[in-house]
Amino acid sequence: MKEGYELIYQKPSTLLPRRMHYCPGCLHSTLHKLIMEVVEEMGIKEKTIGVSPVGCSVFAYDYMDVDMQQAAHGRAAALATAIKRMHPDKYVFSYQGDGDLAAIGTAETIHACNRGENFTFFFVNNGIYGMTGGQMAPTTLEGQKTSTSPYGRDPKKVGQPLKMAEMVSQLAGVAYSERLSLNTPGNVRKGKKAIRKAFEMQQQGLGTTFLEFASNCPSGWKCSPVESLGWIEKQMSPYFPLGVFKDVTTGVEKCSCADKQAK
Amino acid sequence: MADIKFMKGNEALAEAAIRAGMHAYFGYPITPQSEVVEYLAREEPKHKYVLLQAESEVASANMLYGASGAGARVMTTTSSPGYSLMQEAVSYIACAELPTVFANVQRGGPGLGTIQASQGDYFQAVKGGGHGDYRNIVLAPNSVQEMVDLTVLAFDLADKYRAPALILSDGAIGQMMEKVVLPEQRPYRPPSDYRKEKPWATMGKTADRERNVITSLNIQSEQMEKVNIRLQAKYKEIEEKEVRFEAYHADDAEIVIVAYGVSSRITKKVVDLARAEKLKVGLVRPITLWPFPKKKLDELAKKPSVKFFLSVEMSCGQMVEDVQLVSNGRKPVHFYGRQGGIIPTAEEVLDVIKKHLKEK
Ligand SMILES: Cc1ncc(C[n+]2csc(CCOP(=O)(O)OP(=O)(O)O)c2C)c(N)n1
Repeated sequence: MKEGYELIYQKPSTLLPRRMHYCPGCLHSTLHKLIMEVVEEMGIKEKTIGVSPVGCSVFAYDYMDVDMQQAAHGRAAALATAIKRMHPDKYVFSYQGDGDLAAIGTAETIHACNRGENFTFFFVNNGIYGMTGGQMAPTTLEGQKTSTSPYGRDPKKVGQPLKMAEMVSQLAGVAYSERLSLNTPGNVRKGKKAIRKAFEMQQQGLGTTFLEFASNCPSGWKCSPVESLGWIEKQMSPYFPLGVFKDVTTGVEKCSCADKQAK
Repeated sequence: MADIKFMKGNEALAEAAIRAGMHAYFGYPITPQSEVVEYLAREEPKHKYVLLQAESEVASANMLYGASGAGARVMTTTSSPGYSLMQEAVSYIACAELPTVFANVQRGGPGLGTIQASQGDYFQAVKGGGHGDYRNIVLAPNSVQEMVDLTVLAFDLADKYRAPALILSDGAIGQMMEKVVLPEQRPYRPPSDYRKEKPWATMGKTADRERNVITSLNIQSEQMEKVNIRLQAKYKEIEEKEVRFEAYHADDAEIVIVAYGVSSRITKKVVDLARAEKLKVGLVRPITLWPFPKKKLDELAKKPSVKFFLSVEMSCGQMVEDVQLVSNGRKPVHFYGRQGGIIPTAEEVLDVIKKHLKEK
C-alpha cells in the first residue's frame, strides 16, 4: 500500500482475487462477499463446504476459497444433506437460484427442510432464470415480462409466484427462515448479520437455516443496476415482504402450521 | 472360522455393503429390492453407517454424489424405474469421477412394467444410460454368493478407478435364498479419516492445500475435450484389467451360449443336458458386462469348431448386439429371450439349439 494511505476496506481473504463473471450490478457478487466475510470473521474457512448448483452462481467455486461441490440443476439440497451427514462438524451451505431451488429442486428443498438438515440455504430470488437468458421463474411476479412470459406472467395459466421463505418456515425441521435483500447499505448490513446467525445456529445443531434474498437481475430485467435496486423495493417487496418468518432462538413463528392451529 | 449364512440375495448384498465398510446408504423403496433398505434399517443400531430414505431416486443418487465427493464410501440400490431416475446423477458422477456403488435389481419393463425379474436394462447399464460419453463398471451376479462378492468388489473398483460401479442384478437373484460365505467386517473409519487416500475430496480445506472443487462443469471446449480424453484413458485401463467371466465347457464347444445373471444359471443346466446327449454346448458367462469379455469370445469366434453363438437373455435381445460385435460376421449369432419376467426353462433353450443345428 502507498505510504500515507490507510487501508479501511478490502475483500476478505476467503474470496479469491479474481474478476467475477457476473453482470454489472448483479447482487450475486455482494452475497458471495458477505458469506465469505462471515466465514473469515468466524475463522471457519477450513471447516466450510459449499454447494453451488446450475444457475449463474454455479461458478461460485471460482471465487469462494473453501471446498466446494457443483450440483446438478436443483440437487444442491441433496448434496448438502449428504455432505453434512458425512461431516457433521463442518459448516455446510447451498447457494441456489429460484429456478434451482423452487422449480426443478422443490422436492429436494422441501424434504431437506422437513428433515431439519443442519445446513444453510442461501436462496437468491431474482424472479427470473438468469443463466439461460431471462425466462420465467417460479418467483416471477404477476404481470412481469420475461422471454417466456412476453405478455407478463399470467397466474391463471402458471400460478402465483412461490413464497419459499414463508413456505419452509412452516416445516418443523426449519430453525430459522428470513427474507432479506441487499438493495441498500442498511439491508446489506442486515444480510450479513443474518448469515452469521445462520452459521451460528448451524453450529448449535438447531436445524435447517434458510435465508432468502430478494435479489436482482439487471440483464434479465432489462434495466440499469440502479433501477433494479428500486424495482426490488417497489415491485418485489410488496409481494415478497422482508423479515423473519421463523426463528427458534427468539420464538418468532409468523406462518404457523395448520396442525398446530387445529390443536 | 468361515461365517456361513442362509440369506436372501438382497439381504446378502446389504450385509456385504456393511462389511465392505460402507459409510452411507441413500435409497428409495422399490420392489423387488426393498429388502436392502429394510435390512440396513434393522441393522443400523449395531453399526455406524448413515441410512437415509430419500424423497426420490433423483435425490438419493445425488446424495451419493455429495457424500462420495466428501470422501465417503456410499451405495444406493433400486430397481429398473428407479434406476432410470438416477441417470442424471450417474452422468454427473462419471464426469466428476466419484467412487459410488449402485445396484439395479432389474424388473420387467418398459414403463412401470412388472415386478418380476428381467434383464431389460442391459443397454442402459452398459451403454451409458445418462447423457454424455461415459462408462460404468457393470458387475452381474448370478448367485447369492456373488451378490456378496461383487458388492465388495464394486466398492473397491469404484474407489480404485474413481468411477460409478453398478451391480446389475435381477429380481430372481435378489429374491432367492442360498448359502453364503460372508467376508470379515472391515474396521470402521469415519469419512474424515480418508483425507490421505482421497486428497481430492471436499472435507474442509486445510492450510496445506488449495481448495477442492468437485465439478462436472467444463464450460471451455478445450477443457471438456481434455476431460473426455482422460475418462477414455481410464476406461481403456479398466477394459484391459478388469474383465471377469466364467467359462463352462467352452473350450471344446461347438455351440457357445452367452448368458449372465439368472439366465446363466438356466443355461448352465442347458450345457449339462446337451452334453448328456453328446451335443458340444458350452457357456461363457460375463461377470463384468462392462468391460465385456471380448477377448474370450473373440478366441472362440476364431475356432473352426465353433458353429454358432446363442445369447440367452430375459430381454428382447440386448447383450446379443455385443456378441455380434465381437463375432463380426465370423459366426452366426442367435438370440433367445423371454420377457415380462418369464424365466426360460433349460428344455426350451435346448430345443432352440437343436432347431438352429437343423438349419445348418
Ligand atoms: C436438467 C437441466 N435443465 C435445464 C437446465 C438449463 N438451466 C441452466 S440454469 C437454469 C435456470 C437458472 O435459474 P436460477 O436457478 O433462477 O438461477 P440464476 O441463473 O437466475 O441465478 C436452467 C433452466 C440445466 N442446466 N439442467
